[in-house]
Formats: sequence, C-alpha cells, structure tokens
Amino acid sequence: MRPDGLRVLVVGASSAIATETARAYAERGARLVVTARTPERGEAVAADLRVRGAAEVRALTLDVTDHAGGTAVIDQAWTAFGGFDVALLAAGVLPDQLRCEADGAAAVAALDVNLVGIVALLTPLANRFGAAGRGCIAVIGSVAGDRGRQSNYVYGAAKGGLDRFLQGLRNRLHRSGVAVVTLKPGFVDTPMTSAMDQGPLFVSARRAGRAVYRAIERRRDVAYVPWFWRPIMLVVRAIPERVFKRLRL
Amino acid sequence: MRAYRSWGRYPEATPAAVVPVVWRSDPPPLERARGPLLAYACGRSYGDSCLNDGGVLLDVRRLDRLISFDGERGLLCCEAGVTLAQILDLVVPRGWFLPVVPGTRWVSVGGAIANDIHGKNHHRAGTFGAHVTRLELLRSSGERITCTPADPIFQSTVGGLGLTGVILWAEIALKRVPGAGIAMERIRFPDLNGFLELAAEDARFEYTVAWVDCLARGRRLGRGVYLRGDHAPLERTAPSPLEAQRLRVPMDAPGGLVNAFTMRLFNEAYYRAGLRARRRATVPYAPFFFPLDAVGEWTRLYGPKGFVQYQCVVPDTPNGEAIRTVFDRIAGSGEAASLAVLKRFGDLGSPGWLSFPRPGLTLAVDFPFRGASTLRLLDELDAVVAAAGGAVYPAKDARMSPASFRAFFPAAERLETQRDPRFSSSFWRRVRAA
Ligand SMILES: Cc1cc2nc3c(=O)[nH]c(=O)nc-3n(C[C@H](O)[C@H](O)[C@H](O)COP(=O)(O)OP(=O)(O)OC[C@H]3O[C@@H](n4cnc5c(N)ncnc54)[C@H](O)[C@@H]3O)c2cc1C
Ligand SMILES: NC(=O)c1ccc[n+]([C@@H]2O[C@H](COP(=O)([O-])OP(=O)(O)OC[C@H]3O[C@@H](n4cnc5c(N)ncnc54)[C@H](OP(=O)(O)O)[C@@H]3O)[C@@H](O)[C@H]2O)c1
Repeated sequence: MRPDGLRVLVVGASSAIATETARAYAERGARLVVTARTPERGEAVAADLRVRGAAEVRALTLDVTDHAGGTAVIDQAWTAFGGFDVALLAAGVLPDQLRCEADGAAAVAALDVNLVGIVALLTPLANRFGAAGRGCIAVIGSVAGDRGRQSNYVYGAAKGGLDRFLQGLRNRLHRSGVAVVTLKPGFVDTPMTSAMDQGPLFVSARRAGRAVYRAIERRRDVAYVPWFWRPIMLVVRAIPERVFKRLRL
Repeated sequence: MRAYRSWGRYPEATPAAVVPVVWRSDPPPLERARGPLLAYACGRSYGDSCLNDGGVLLDVRRLDRLISFDGERGLLCCEAGVTLAQILDLVVPRGWFLPVVPGTRWVSVGGAIANDIHGKNHHRAGTFGAHVTRLELLRSSGERITCTPADPIFQSTVGGLGLTGVILWAEIALKRVPGAGIAMERIRFPDLNGFLELAAEDARFEYTVAWVDCLARGRRLGRGVYLRGDHAPLERTAPSPLEAQRLRVPMDAPGGLVNAFTMRLFNEAYYRAGLRARRRATVPYAPFFFPLDAVGEWTRLYGPKGFVQYQCVVPDTPNGEAIRTVFDRIAGSGEAASLAVLKRFGDLGSPGWLSFPRPGLTLAVDFPFRGASTLRLLDELDAVVAAAGGAVYPAKDARMSPASFRAFFPAAERLETQRDPRFSSSFWRRVRAA
C-alpha cells in the first residue's frame, strides 16, 4: 500500500480485465488515469481504485472511435501527470460474426474500434513515450488474432492487424528504451463473453487481469493469458492452410 | 453460460434466461426479460431461494466495486456483488473486520443482506443486516430507492430473500480488531448438558459455536466440540485465493461417498481429534471462520443427487427438550447426518421482517438427499420445531411446506406489500402455493 509513484494510464478501464489489472496497480499505491466511454462507468472504476489504495485516480471520457477527441484526452492526461510509466489499451468489442458477414458496415464498425481506434491512440502515445525514452505500452489483443477462423475472422483480423502493428512498434521503440507488450487472452469470463457457453478453458477476469499485470511488469513482448494458450496457439498456427480450411473452427 | 445451481445442488432449476447486471448506473436490463426476476450472486444458499425455475436470473456478481471507505469511522460502502472475502482482504490489514461473517467468505454483500445472515457472534452482534446503515435498491420499474434502517422498504429488504428488487450497493459499519488472529479455545463436551453449561458462558466470548455428533444416542446424545474465541493480534495472514476453488473435488463421487457408516466414522474421529479435552491457540481468522473454504466444490462428495441442509431455531427451555427431540429423531432415522453446528442465538432483535434468527438454540445439519425418506424426516422435524415455536432457515431450505412456512414466518404477508411485483423465486412460489 506504500505509494510508489508509478503513473499508469488505462484506456477502456471499464473492461472487466482492465479493471482487474488497474486494481493490481492501485493496491501498490500507483497514480492512475482511467478512461471510459461513459463518465458513470469511469467514475465507478476510479472510486474502486481509490478505496483499494491508489495514490490518485482521475477519470476521463474517451471513445476510441473519436480519433481527434481521443488524442486530446491522451494529451490532457499526459500533461496532468507529467507522463506515464505504463499505458494499457483495453477497449474492444466482440462483433457478431454472422452480422458482419451479412452487413459490411458492421464489419467496418468492429475494425474501427478494435484496430483503427487503437492505432489512432498508439501513434501519439508512441511519440510521447519515445520522447520520454522510457515506459511501457501494453495492448490487449487476442488469441483470435493468431489465425483467421470462420467463426470470428472479423474480430480476428482486427486483433491480428494490431499484432503486426505492435511488432513493428516494438521494433521501432526498442532502441529508445520503451517496451511494447502484446497481450493475447484466450477465453475470459467478462461481459463480452457472457452469452457464450463457458467451457473449461475459461478463466475469470480476475485471473486474466492479474496475468496482464504480471506480463506488463516483466515487460514481456508477447504474453498469452493465461500461459497455456501459447502451446495451444502454436499448434493452431502450425496446421497447414490446406488442412485448416477444411476444419470447422 | 455458467452453472446456476444452489449450494446443495438440490433441487435443480433452469432459468429461462440469465441477464448480467454489470453497472449500478445502468437501468434494469429488462428489454428481453420475460417471466419473474431474481438476483443471483454467489449461489451459497443451499436450497431454492436463489433459484428461479423458468424465470430470469439477474447475475449480480459483476457489481463488485468498492465505493468508499472511511478509515476513521470504519464505514465501508460497496456494490452488492462484492464478496466478504474481498472486504476482509481490504480491511483486516487496516485494523477492521466485518461485524458478522458466516461459515464461508464466498458470499456477496447482497446475499448477506437478502438472507440477513448470522455468524458465531450472534449473541453479541445480532445479524448482518443490523450493521447495514444504508442501501440502494433498483426496482423493476427503474425506480431507485436509497433507504435506511427506519424505512419499511429497508426492513423488508433485509432478510427479504431478494424479493424487493436488486440491491445495488450498501454501506456497512465495520468493527475495530487488534489484528488478524483469533485466540480460540476448543473444548470437548460429553453430552447436551455439557453444551448447555458451556453456552451459559457465551457472553464472555465474541464468537462461540459447537460441532455436535448427531448420530450419537442415549447417554452421548448431544456430545461434541465447543469452539469459542476473540479477536487477537497476529501479524500477517495470507490473503484469500483469487477464486473460491483451490483444491477442487474434481467430480461427483459416484453414488456419493457420504452414508450413515462413513458419517459415523467421521463424527467419531472429529470428536476424538486432539488428545486433550481442552486446547487453546491463536490462529489466523480464516481457518477459524471458514474451515470449509479450503476445499473447492466439496459438496460433490455427496454425489450427483446433492444434499439438503436443515437449519432450525427453537426457543430456549431449561433442559433443551425441543433440541433433544430433534437430535433423537435424526439419530433414530438412519439418515446420514453430518456433524451438526449448534449455537445459542442471543436475544438481539433482527432488523428484517423475515429475518430468521430469534432467541434460542439453532442447529444446522446436512443430509445427503435420498428422496422420500429424507423428506419424511425433515417434515417430522418441522413439526417439532413448529410445536416449540421455532423456525426453519429459508437460506438453507429446499422443501418446507407452505403451512410450515406460514407458521414460521407470519410476516410473509407484510413482505408482499413491499415485494417488487416482477420479482419471485422458486422458493417463494413453493412456500406461497395455496
Ligand atoms: C459453507 C457455508 C456456510 C454458511 N454459513 C452460514 C452461516 O454461518 N450463517 C448464515 O446465515 N448463512 C450461512 N450460509 C448461507 C449463506 O450465507 C447465505 O445463503 C447467503 O445469502 C449466500 O449469499 P450469496 O451471495 O451466495 O447469495 P445467493 O445464494 O446467490 O442468493 C441468496 C439470496 O440473496 C438474493 N440476492 C443476492 N444478491 C442480491 C442483490 N444484489 N440484490 C437483491 N437480492 C440479492 C438472491 O435473490 C437470493 O434470494 C452458509 C453457506 C455455505 C455454503
Ligand atoms: N473476454 C475475452 O474472452 C477476451 C478474449 C481475448 C481478448 N479480449 C480483449 O480484452 C479486452 C477487454 O475486454 P473484456 O473481456 O474485459 O470485455 P469488456 O468488459 O466487455 O470490456 C470491453 C471494453 O471495451 C470498451 N469499449 C468498447 N467500445 C469502445 C469504444 N468505442 N471506445 C472506448 N471503449 C470502448 C467497453 O466500454 P463500455 O463499458 O463503455 O462498453 C469496455 O470497457 C478487449 O480488447 C477484448 O477484445 C477479451
């Protein structure tokens, strides 16, 4: 509970996973700026983090599809705290794949949040972190980005695009001392998945959020959440396309 | 979708839909909801009071945010899905403790209020609801009501079995403690008189409870082990595990491992455990209060048919006649009664119209569910309890008759005046059937 002065920015802090990660930072006395699409949700998370021991929490409103507005909020947060040690981007949506197949606009809307919206924020963040010459940018991708599957390739395309973008960014920022962490959760029990049948591979948001925290603290390049998705995805990626295309996945 | 069962895994009930309640600022999520509504939290109720067969369960576990903590006065405000485990992890290192805790830390604040739960300190602290200073209720109409102990809607929500709407958050008055330990004493007693003598000393201790071997008869009837203790300094204790299950019982025991024979062995072993008749020690609070939390899903030992818990309270009589009769009937029935928990409730009034605790002796005992014979025994026990002017605990009940319920809880009619017209439960429909 000793304030350690760490400054943390969480975009999409109303996410169940991100809330748990933010709690881990709050418990060690960090200072946080949390953003959410709706002010009530941001405030609810901020109050929780304060009670758990955060030295200071500010809640700001940010919709990732509003690129100019988002950049302005990042600027505002950066100025308020004089920079950050960690930025975690968690905002995302799981679109209805069948709707995306029927309606191109739905697919584009999903890409807008999950890929374009995040990239729009990563660009100013990368420049600010790069200039500071330290810190860590962490982004929640997904195992779905590792391979396109018929059941969710629109979502997968966005997360896969993010994966590539972050690879390049990691390479670019490495020399300036900034770490880029790509997080790839598997199935996590959150509002995003509440309508799904929850099989044995599901883990709680609490467990996933704490795993995200540890991956950031260890400055991992790519972390599967939890770890057991690494071997699973290794196998999934290794299947030749000519076999893969016949599978019902 | 997750499993929506009660702790006893009996009876089974299938909701037509499950709708998560995630944000306290949101309107009631009722666009798609047909049929009666009921909040579901940690599912630590045993019978069907947290079930809603054919209706809509509102899963409130995501309402898990803390709102404020006044470290000077010990006032904690939090959302209703916050578990007691989370609260203890937060407040014990700061020198505070929950005013009342049940036998597991994996219950929510909302569930603790809706059943107005009691703990080992009932004789000093009364029920959980007695320490709630404010709460907010969301009604199906979208109306939000913030209420305090003087309001009828508060008194009907405490112990109200979830029927007055969704509790969004509550403010709880905590108590100061010297540390994370419990200075406890474990005393063996040979029979029910031994229990009654020890219970007469309860006022000197914050926490008291006894484990009784229900299968012992004759001279040994009512023998057991008395536990009593007070908060004590202790440096650090381990925080709760992230989730409820740790060592899991991996699958249903085929046919159930619990029968009258294994239970008799277990009860005997527990009674004999520790060579000395009296032992003192300072232990971390968790194993003192929550011994069963160390094993996840232990209820699976009972096998796929599940089990029922029976908890009653009967008014004090000089010689404990009613409770003697209850023990006699259990031991004579051939049902595989587990170790029973026996405690004397104090005479502090309960704040809820339908709160269960009242002065007298309370007994809780598990039975593997074996169908008609189990049900027959419990009906007999109901008759004994009713004749003595006692009551049976709805949070543990899967089978009491409408007539028994009316006898135990005459205030049920009054609760109807405050019930949210769209809320109901499997339990409520069962005990209110004509
Ligand atoms: C091992 C064990 C030991 C126990 N020991 C004790 C004990 O010592 N003393 C005791 O009194 N009880 C004890 N219990 C019972 C338990 O404390 C109660 O059943 C408690 O109400 C369970 O809370 P829950 O969060 O699991 O709620 P659930 O079981 O999910 O629901 C219980 C009731 O609360 C309502 N509810 C839940 N959340 C809300 C909300 N947000 N708004 C409105 N209504 C809501 C539900 O509709 C339902 O009627 C024990 C249970 C177990 C498994
Ligand atoms: N759950 C899983 O199984 C799983 C698996 C792999 C990856 N992920 C990823 O993990 C991240 C967190 O998701 P979660 O599981 O924690 O689900 P969640 O609780 O539903 O969180 C999703 C978050 O994204 C926010 N969001 C959506 N659109 C936004 C927008 N336009 N602008 C700003 N914020 C927006 C939501 O805000 P509102 O509260 O305002 O809606 C919400 O906070 C997501 O990126 C998701 O893709 C999840």
